[in-house]
Amino acid sequence: MSPALEIRGLRKTYKNGFEALKGIDLEVAPGSFFALLGPNGAGKSTTIGIITSLINKTAGEVRVFGHDLDRDQQAVKRSIGLVPQEFNFNNFEPIGEIVVNQAGYYGIPRHEAWRRTEHYLRELGLWEKRKDMARTLSGGMKRRLMIARALVHEPKLLILDEPTAGVDIELRRSMWDFLRRINTDGRSIILTTHYLEEAESLCRNIAIIDDGQIVENTTMKQLLAKLETETMVLDLSEPVLQLPRDTDIPIRQIDELTLEADIQRGQHLNDLFRTLDQAGLKVQSMRNKANRLEELFLRMTRSEPEPSHLTPGAEGATEQPENPQ
Amino acid sequence: MSARHLHDYWVAFRTIVTKEVLRFARIWVQTILPPVITTALYFIIFGGLIGERIGDMDGFRYMDFIVPGLIMLAVITNSYSNVVSSFFGSKFQRHIEEMLVSPIPNSVIILGFVFGGVARGLSVGVAVLLVSLFFSPLSIHNIGVMLVVVLLTSILFALGGLINGVFARTFDDIAIVPTFVLTPLTYLGGVFYSVSLLPEFWQGVSMLNPILYMVDGFRYGSLGSSDFPIMVSFAVIVAFIAVLYTAALILLNKGIGVRS
Repeated sequence: MSPALEIRGLRKTYKNGFEALKGIDLEVAPGSFFALLGPNGAGKSTTIGIITSLINKTAGEVRVFGHDLDRDQQAVKRSIGLVPQEFNFNNFEPIGEIVVNQAGYYGIPRHEAWRRTEHYLRELGLWEKRKDMARTLSGGMKRRLMIARALVHEPKLLILDEPTAGVDIELRRSMWDFLRRINTDGRSIILTTHYLEEAESLCRNIAIIDDGQIVENTTMKQLLAKLETETMVLDLSEPVLQLPRDTDIPIRQIDELTLEADIQRGQHLNDLFRTLDQAGLKVQSMRNKANRLEELFLRMTRSEPEPSHLTPGAEGATEQPENPQ
Repeated sequence: MSARHLHDYWVAFRTIVTKEVLRFARIWVQTILPPVITTALYFIIFGGLIGERIGDMDGFRYMDFIVPGLIMLAVITNSYSNVVSSFFGSKFQRHIEEMLVSPIPNSVIILGFVFGGVARGLSVGVAVLLVSLFFSPLSIHNIGVMLVVVLLTSILFALGGLINGVFARTFDDIAIVPTFVLTPLTYLGGVFYSVSLLPEFWQGVSMLNPILYMVDGFRYGSLGSSDFPIMVSFAVIVAFIAVLYTAALILLNKGIGVRS
């Protein structure tokens, strides 16, 4: 079966001379849940824009399920559903009509379009609001509206550009469940996100793009295996009297009930627990200090992303001003 | 092109037109009512108050003479402004992307927006016609000519609005052409006078104004009186439609104003 997405030597130079993509190669297997990560301005949105025909490429080839973007653009477009980063619907249109119209653009007759609209709006908890104007929806509802709109023509490849930006934690989890479910049903998904926890939780494959080049393209498992050190935070049930000695694992005391231990690649948690046990320390709970993917991301992109982009609740989307009619 | 494609394009075309009609119908107080009120004022002031003192024009009561021109004025400005504001609004709010990511050919996008504009132009035209009945009896010389001229004119200016919308980057850009080009050309296009009243030199200049032929053609269909042969009016309108449609298609195919 052809790859869901195949990119060869993709380049994009904007009119102002900015070279956004410097010849990237990428392949996404069918049925995959794929993460495309990168700092701001790395080329993620340009790549997605080219795949979805919103941006003209300068050079290179793009194929979606074997359909070439240059030779068979219509087949490529039919295969893709896009959830963009910014809200791009008519704020002055009822949300039911927004989804039905999108189906109409794909040639789906109105009665069938309403049937599918009802299905996806119900799935995403928006059916009761189908007659409301889009501008009255909350940020999270607007994101779900864009997901329903992207799915109404039942594409084989769903591309989501920062889908959970500005969405609260509870809603984000429910969106993750929904995306996992449609991926399990066989739909390929490409996701860009600033929430690295999201990528780690959802995606099996990952590519990291930086400065218009792919710097990593592998499975999530293999990528995380590249971590040299992980710092574990240990909550103790009794105060520390004395730190363990003669151990290969560096252990630091943070306060009287908290320790930190650096586990090197090749070391085992069993060794840590044995050491703590010998020192008479009782561990009540343990967690990873940093997001593992975040550490790798920072190392590979050699940049310090803005804190707001790595924390839950950061706004990734901009409200559009009202449409003067 | 397969039957499947034709079916899909027809559905897409209907979708765009329906969306456009619902858009201007939802805000009828902004889109339908103002031109009707403005034209009613023209009828009262120019037709009723001043027109009584002007006397006949080309052998018709002045009020009767200006009715076809005022209907065309309403059709032209509303066809144009519907498409330019809708297309620019869809760029501004970025929901033009809904169409750009879908497999609709650019020709269908153009036709969808244009016939949305035609729907508004003709709706306002009919409303103005109904208002005119309070001031002047309905006069039909050739209903076929009237309908074809008003339809083609509406298509032509809807295309003009689309091209304006493609190039527009700010709200000023969508107001400049209607204010500084369209309105003067319409007022100088024989809405309120017969071109035969002008000195010879200005008659020659007026003949460069395409709106003159449209108003004249419509007036012929209504009153049976015209300054030019009706076929000249048709030829001018069709030629402009061909040029503007080709230009719009090239612009959208190149992604000017809508793609990076």
